[in-house]
Amino acid sequence: MTIDWTHFTPVPALTGGALIGLAAVGLMLANGRILGASGLLGGLIPPRAGDWRWRTQAIAGLIVAPFLARLLFDAPSPAIAAGPATLIAGGLLVGFGTRLANGCTSGHGVCGLARLSPRSLAATLAFMAAGFAAVFVVRHGL
Amino acid sequence: MKRLAPFLVGLLFGLGLCLSGMTNPAKVLAFLDLAGAWDPSLAFVMLGAIAVAFVGFRVARARGRTVSGAPLDWPTAKAIDGSVIGGSLLFGVGWGLVGLCPGPAIADVGFLDGRAALFVAAMAAGMAIVAVWPAIRAGAPATAALEDG
Repeated sequence: MTIDWTHFTPVPALTGGALIGLAAVGLMLANGRILGASGLLGGLIPPRAGDWRWRTQAIAGLIVAPFLARLLFDAPSPAIAAGPATLIAGGLLVGFGTRLANGCTSGHGVCGLARLSPRSLAATLAFMAAGFAAVFVVRHGL
Repeated sequence: MKRLAPFLVGLLFGLGLCLSGMTNPAKVLAFLDLAGAWDPSLAFVMLGAIAVAFVGFRVARARGRTVSGAPLDWPTAKAIDGSVIGGSLLFGVGWGLVGLCPGPAIADVGFLDGRAALFVAAMAAGMAIVAVWPAIRAGAPATAALEDG
């Protein structure tokens, strides 16, 4: 293993992570809900009476964030390298998988681990392992 | 405040994703590429987020109520079954193919990135498949009651 020290950014990573944690605590204290991006969007498909407004608001906040981020600090536009076919296949897998598992990086990886949930630990180990394996196959072959 | 809170939470979440580098798939893939030039930054994102949430959730649990006095809706699902493992494995493959998980993918739409929008549309379609096919969720009711996030 070679560590890429030039791209390693521990301070913004820790600070950004802390903001994500604060957002999760904020949603629990304000609305009593677990912060999970896949659940926010998945809960709108289909929308349910009395449940869609907070989800739509949180998603709107997520989408507005890059505009504010660019005013506050250096927030480069994402450089998405994947082509259309990979984007569609990847999106389908992420959407299907996170709903089947009832959570993603935020719901299981952050909130679940912070609650010391064994179920979320299992989910996190599974998606991390699959992520490492997929990148290994794509970049280094079998 | 309760009315505006979800928007502010989404904003804070998105700022954290932008600052941490999670919105950049190249950085995410560099973290997932253990055999290449490995960028461990995203481990620090998880560390920072979990540390803050760990303490904050303890405070919330001790309070037992939201600021407006409503009950807290903690996840109740405990089963480590085929749905949670199989779903997470499929999610991980998609994450590794593109470098986007749901939160950063949605935030990247705010960078007015067409590829992110295509990914989010496909992601919503994948979610819709689960929504219209509740039987695949191993008998779990297709309601929000058991939701982890």
